[in-house]
Amino acid sequence: MNQSTIKLIDENGIRKDGRKLDELRPIKITVGVLSNADGSAYIEQGKNKILAAVYGPREVHPRHLALPDRALLRCRYHMAPFSVEERKPPAPSRRELELSKVIREALEPTIFLEQYPRTSIDLFVEVLQADGGTRCAGAIVASLALADAGIPMRDLVVACASGKVDGQIVLDLNDIEDKEGEADVPVAFAPNLNTITLLQMDGLLTIEEFEKALNLAIEGCRRIHALQREALKSKYVAVKEEAEVE
Amino acid sequence: MPIFYENKQLVTPGDLLAEGDYSADSNTYKEGNKIYASRLGLVYYEEKRVSVVALNAFYIPLTSDLVIGKIAEVNLHGWTVDINAPYSALLQASDVLNKFKPQRDDLSRIFDVGDLILAKIMTYDRTRDPILTVREPGLGKINRGQIVKITPTKIPRVIGKKGSMINMLKKETGCKIVVGQNGLVLVDGGRPEDEGLAIVAIHKIEQEAHTSGLTDRVTEMIRKEREAKK
Repeated sequence: MNQSTIKLIDENGIRKDGRKLDELRPIKITVGVLSNADGSAYIEQGKNKILAAVYGPREVHPRHLALPDRALLRCRYHMAPFSVEERKPPAPSRRELELSKVIREALEPTIFLEQYPRTSIDLFVEVLQADGGTRCAGAIVASLALADAGIPMRDLVVACASGKVDGQIVLDLNDIEDKEGEADVPVAFAPNLNTITLLQMDGLLTIEEFEKALNLAIEGCRRIHALQREALKSKYVAVKEEAEVE
Repeated sequence: MPIFYENKQLVTPGDLLAEGDYSADSNTYKEGNKIYASRLGLVYYEEKRVSVVALNAFYIPLTSDLVIGKIAEVNLHGWTVDINAPYSALLQASDVLNKFKPQRDDLSRIFDVGDLILAKIMTYDRTRDPILTVREPGLGKINRGQIVKITPTKIPRVIGKKGSMINMLKKETGCKIVVGQNGLVLVDGGRPEDEGLAIVAIHKIEQEAHTSGLTDRVTEMIRKEREAKK
């Protein structure tokens, strides 16, 4: 992560894809897109396209994994072979296993798992097209899919990354900024509880820079939270309008 | 003691609903003196109670609930029944037969895999799977009719205030309707057209459960459909 050869931010403070330093990528979220899953959601964030599905609570298979005092949350983050420029082998890689764990642990504290002992909640996050920041986008849709499935939750989870690119702190890194930039700080956040559920850092930042990046990421999370709530409500509003027309 | 939404407003999980001297009812939780929503749904403030009527949920067994189940497995001493819940239920052979002997009685001749039964939940707690009983008049194998599946949170709406909706449905369609608390509804009428009409009506109730004046609208719809068919 030394001096990058490509210039990622121009002299006016505009990034490669035309965004300002603290600007998010355009986001489109749809809830309830799959009829066979108990809950589902789909997000397009810039070039990212991610689908999440939830099954459960249901009986645990294999049985010996069941926990006597709470539900088991299982998460599978998976990238489709066609999600990146060079074909990715479909078998789960080391990185995908890590992100499965990270997304699971980001969501776990918001779910009332203790209400449903001996069951499992199975979560599938499928990346159809990746452009950086998929763990954050994955956590956003996963949380929405859980809410869509009617699983009781303390709060929704929003996630957003910030980082350092060309010596400046920027919000919502895309693939090239993540790879060529100096640092990347993904944050998952429960806005109403005001709790951070995931915090990672890749690269080098000073303490001041880190604080600035963290605050920027939380600010980004709050903005995405508004979109997330709208998406969740809109599934229902469509029904309501239909009823009023009659 | 402020409240933060109006009655029947849509809330999402984690929304702060009320602060102060309120009690948290269904689909809400309390932390300190603040009440938050735990499911997507419509918020209701009734005196000092705050509740959310969820738009989508799953069935959690409750003792003495009437449920419709499907036999999933025939075991040596009873049946495993799928009751559309996270836990599968058990029906013991001794509940059906007075003097049950595993050597003599063939359980699959009473209820076989795939059979639908109407049963009551006898016991259930979080540590053990629910146990069913069919030892009450009207319970047992379902031999005729059609099953409609709706989300369990909409069941109270299908029944209506003091049974107003269900009584109207029975009267207008001429069908026998049995509502299982687990989200399955049995519609049994003499003619398939009547059953079809009742099913359409039940789906309409599920779709529009949150709107007011629904009983009248459903009545109107059924009458219109009737006219159209004549």
